[in-house]
Amino acid sequence: MNFLTALFNGLSSGGTYAIIAIGYTMVYGIAKMLNFAHGDIIMAGGYAMFTTLLLVGHPIPALCVAVAFCVALGVFVERFAYRPLRGASPLAVLITAIGVSSLLQSLAQIIFGAGSKMPLQLQVSGALKLGAFSIHYNTLITLAVTVVLMVALTLFVKYSKVGRAMVAVSEDRGAAQLMGVNTNAIIAVTFGIGSALAAVAAYLMLMKAPSLTNTLGAMPGIKAFTAAVIGGIGSVPGAMLGGILLGVIECVSLSIPAIAPFTDAIEFAVLIVILLVKPAGLLGKARREKV
Amino acid sequence: MSTVLAFFKKPFIRKYANYFILALITLVFGALSLSGSLKMGNQFLLEQIAIAMLLAVSLGMVVGFLGELSLGHAGFMCVGAFLGGKVSAILVPALGTNANSILVLVISLLVGGLSAAVFGMIIGLPALRLRGDYLAIVTLAFGEIVRNVVMNLPEQLFGATLGLETPRFDRKYLFIIALIAVLACLAVTQNLMRSKHGRAIISIKDNEIAARAMGVDITKYKLFVFTISSFFAGVAGVLYSYTQSRLQTPTFDYNYSIEILVMVVLGGMGSINGAALAAALITFINFKLQTVLTGNLSVLQNVIYSLILIVIVIYRNAPGLKAFREKYNLAVLLQKLKGKRAETEEKEDA
Repeated sequence: MNFLTALFNGLSSGGTYAIIAIGYTMVYGIAKMLNFAHGDIIMAGGYAMFTTLLLVGHPIPALCVAVAFCVALGVFVERFAYRPLRGASPLAVLITAIGVSSLLQSLAQIIFGAGSKMPLQLQVSGALKLGAFSIHYNTLITLAVTVVLMVALTLFVKYSKVGRAMVAVSEDRGAAQLMGVNTNAIIAVTFGIGSALAAVAAYLMLMKAPSLTNTLGAMPGIKAFTAAVIGGIGSVPGAMLGGILLGVIECVSLSIPAIAPFTDAIEFAVLIVILLVKPAGLLGKARREKV
Repeated sequence: MSTVLAFFKKPFIRKYANYFILALITLVFGALSLSGSLKMGNQFLLEQIAIAMLLAVSLGMVVGFLGELSLGHAGFMCVGAFLGGKVSAILVPALGTNANSILVLVISLLVGGLSAAVFGMIIGLPALRLRGDYLAIVTLAFGEIVRNVVMNLPEQLFGATLGLETPRFDRKYLFIIALIAVLACLAVTQNLMRSKHGRAIISIKDNEIAARAMGVDITKYKLFVFTISSFFAGVAGVLYSYTQSRLQTPTFDYNYSIEILVMVVLGGMGSINGAALAAALITFINFKLQTVLTGNLSVLQNVIYSLILIVIVIYRNAPGLKAFREKYNLAVLLQKLKGKRAETEEKEDA
């Protein structure tokens, strides 16, 4: 029974990871860069939610404001930090992204202080009881939100005009441009979608544990990044798979007292092992380098 | 003044100017310290500067010369600090010496450096299969694993959450030893990079496929660079353990790796002296700012560093800024100054 609870918790936290990981993986697929600052967009969303809650006091407008703020922030960062570097070496882009990440964290600390904020209105308590087995409502909500978002996103990418333009840009940017796709706009849209997902992830995380600091997104960001790499970065189903896998590993490992303190190490070790066996990740395509 | 300048213009001196300058600094401050006229705070500052220089120069080898991004440099330092620190913590009471035993220091430096080098080799192995972004995440993961494991091992091993108690070396001498270690690191790095092996390493950065076609053994060189780089990170870690009375794992988090990376980027990737200079500068500014900026304002320096990082990288790499870069850069500026000076000298001659 204990194991089953851990598994369910794993699915739910894996869902959150998957939502964040999709942000990483879509940006990688289309802009060919690792957006290191993605985790800090989550944090920014958290603070946007917190501020709105102080003014309005209801979670739904807070979520809307956070989504809008994150989209604006994501697009802004893309425009001014990443777009000038399009075509430059990947190392330069990665270092810039790291700079953006640390900039956002420090700015948040200056504005809101280092102490943790408690947006308690977001908390959902109570559990669904089925005999001896009980599931937290927040677990159920997370699972439902994850499934809905995944389905919606898959449909969007497959059938909408913008979605198909995204696929085209990720396959061959030059050819897509020749076919009349506005690549800069598509990349900006991708950043916007990823950032909106980050805001949702912030909501789910704060719903489970209402404690908000400027490093809220740092560790989940790195883990989701790990999840995206495990699943094969650039592949949306891969991000889902990697996220869920990582969440389950995390919660199962946390439920075993002997190895619980080493959970972080285990998760990262899984990443290293998977990358050694399959350098492109579980569902990633190995790309051959052309001379 | 002109005689000093002329001295530094001799080819031999010019080639090794950085050694001379560093040795001079070591001698001057060493003499000041031994005569007792160097303030405690400045001794501490010099220790920190030397450690930062070691870290920046060694990371510069991986990032600037080999062209791979490592985000786990603090992890290698952590390995060196805890293993070397443990060795010194055992040896000092076992040999019955005081904390200032040079023998114990050398042994722990070797143990820390070599154990970090072994880890560097282990991390270098995936580097052979992974490129760029993937390698960055693996090194990052490695840093986090090390921290997590050290923190959660039984308390009698590495002190768990309390931290490991390590002997504190006398401040009067430690920075001299640390600066000598920097000299050694500079010598190794510079000589390596100026040799045919160094050129092979740089060719891997520029074009791996072309390098392989020219017969460069990529496996060997990648492993080699990772090993050497982590050796010096480990040495820096041991020195750090001697500057602290208690080692704490949170020190070696991912942000610390980033700080070292900022030094390398600020100094100019692929420049040994640049990395060393930037390390000294950033540590100095940090030290001075610490007393000015307190509380939440202390993160202001992080804001500044990240802005510097972003601006420098964009300035140096943005394809759209190429014309701007060619018009306004340090080399052109220096050239202009030189031209002006030559003109005035000519006038004076006339």
